[in-house]
Amino acid sequence: MIRIFKSEWRKLRRPTLFLGTLAAVIGLTGLISSLLFLLLDSERGNGREGMIITRETLALPNGLYVGFANSAGLLGVIALCVFAAQTAIEYTNGTLRNLLVREPRRLLLLAGKYLAMISFALITVCFSAIVSVGISASLANVKDVNTDLWYTSSALSLFGSTFGNVLLSVISYGTVGMTLGLLLRSPISSISIALAWILVVENILSATVNGISKWLPGQLMSSIPVQFGVDFSYSWALFGSATYLIIFGAVAVILFKRRDVVN
Amino acid sequence: MCNSYNVLPSQNAAISVTDLTKRYGERNAVDHISFDVPRGTICGFVGPNGAGKTTTIRMLLGLVKPTTGAGTVLGEPLTHPERFLGKVGALIEGPAFYPALSGRENLKVLATLGNFPHDRVDQLLDQVGLLDRATSKFKTYSLGMKQRLGIAAALLPSPELLILDEPTNGLDPAGIQEVRELLGHLAGYGLTVLVSSHLLSEIEAIADDLVMLRDGKVLFFGQTKALLTAQQSTVIASSSNPQDLARLIEIAKNSGHQAQIVNESVHVIADAEFAANFNKSAFESGIILSSLVTARPTLEETFFELTSDN
Repeated sequence: MIRIFKSEWRKLRRPTLFLGTLAAVIGLTGLISSLLFLLLDSERGNGREGMIITRETLALPNGLYVGFANSAGLLGVIALCVFAAQTAIEYTNGTLRNLLVREPRRLLLLAGKYLAMISFALITVCFSAIVSVGISASLANVKDVNTDLWYTSSALSLFGSTFGNVLLSVISYGTVGMTLGLLLRSPISSISIALAWILVVENILSATVNGISKWLPGQLMSSIPVQFGVDFSYSWALFGSATYLIIFGAVAVILFKRRDVVN
Repeated sequence: MCNSYNVLPSQNAAISVTDLTKRYGERNAVDHISFDVPRGTICGFVGPNGAGKTTTIRMLLGLVKPTTGAGTVLGEPLTHPERFLGKVGALIEGPAFYPALSGRENLKVLATLGNFPHDRVDQLLDQVGLLDRATSKFKTYSLGMKQRLGIAAALLPSPELLILDEPTNGLDPAGIQEVRELLGHLAGYGLTVLVSSHLLSEIEAIADDLVMLRDGKVLFFGQTKALLTAQQSTVIASSSNPQDLARLIEIAKNSGHQAQIVNESVHVIADAEFAANFNKSAFESGIILSSLVTARPTLEETFFELTSDN
């Protein structure tokens, strides 16, 4: 398992992918966290989908991490793209046959690749947390946000749960991406279909059909770290995401295990 | 129908398959094939496009699951590729690597995965003449360089069995010669090589054994020499006087052989022993032959004869 993990990291660490992804993560997290504070008094809102997050809310113990939690959806989309591309590209390049000749135990190979991609996602989440916390701490004084409760032990324990929730959300998105990559065997197709579904179809459905959000995978996964503006609970988001995770994981395992490699 | 010339299935075969079939929908890409590849030999794997060579190779490597049939590779069953693939090197349907990684890094991906020493990567890059381009990205390589990197990747595990699908594609004549020498060198160390190629002259030059496929079926497996020896030879005679050619054909036909004029020579389908009698009969008819040779069909000619629809 370790050698599969290390082998996968030789591909993940290539500068265009690794540094490019980190740049996107830092840029998007920085933007979301900055706008959260810079648009504090704006009537058009400063949170997700125009949500207004007040100074009082930001002064709570978890206020330091609101920007980080709000970034989870975009971090998830980035993870989805990376997982889908890293999986599908093995088919388009024809490199899967080389990998399977060197490691014919398919489930072991898939598990090693998955763990490597999860560790990649973990690094992006860490960078996102550092950037968001840094920007929040810097802008809080500028925008007169009370930070007395930010640096307490309860705030620190809240960071742990926020970090865990963001990571879980990101891994869920990534798993969907990996499954689509295996299913469609094309990075462009898998990423475009996933993004069209999550960013367009789900948003239209949520806006037009009452109560449907609680059944949509993208809405459930992005709601694990952030509960603003959704009509279901945290435990429902966890349960729904876990259900989708099991379904997508099972599809990925069956496809990878049983399908002939003809590319 | 499978023609096997004096070769029985070996008890010590590197590859042995029996009744192997791969069915896609209504079509059998590989149709109940059986053959053996003896250990320590270079075995040519030939057939027209679509004959089932690559599908067979993929089944041998555990990439494609056979519909029916069984087989062993290095004594281990095809159903457990993890037991033998650590001793097998393969280049399948052209080199496939990550375009954005260097040649060296591409090999290290596979070396790490297969748990092979990384020192070997540079040794192999040197062996295939790519050490000076080791840090260049794969996408910048020429076709010949990509092919050589593919061969280096196949050699990573210090294999007992090497399976090469069209290894000389894209190589210049010097590169083809290098591959030929490399394969001969490897076979000298007891390595078994299964090599498919469209260059039948290459296969004829290097292959001790041969598996010939058409339409998913085995036409022949056995020793290359046995196949070629079994083919009918041709006695070719020339005369300085072109008017003698018609009389030479008549002499050949009177001896019970088919004959025809090809490029100002008479080609007689006959064993080599017929040449002396033919010369004598011509001389007795007042014809002085300017040349008389016996030619055996090349592998290419034999291949076309065996794989033609007629």
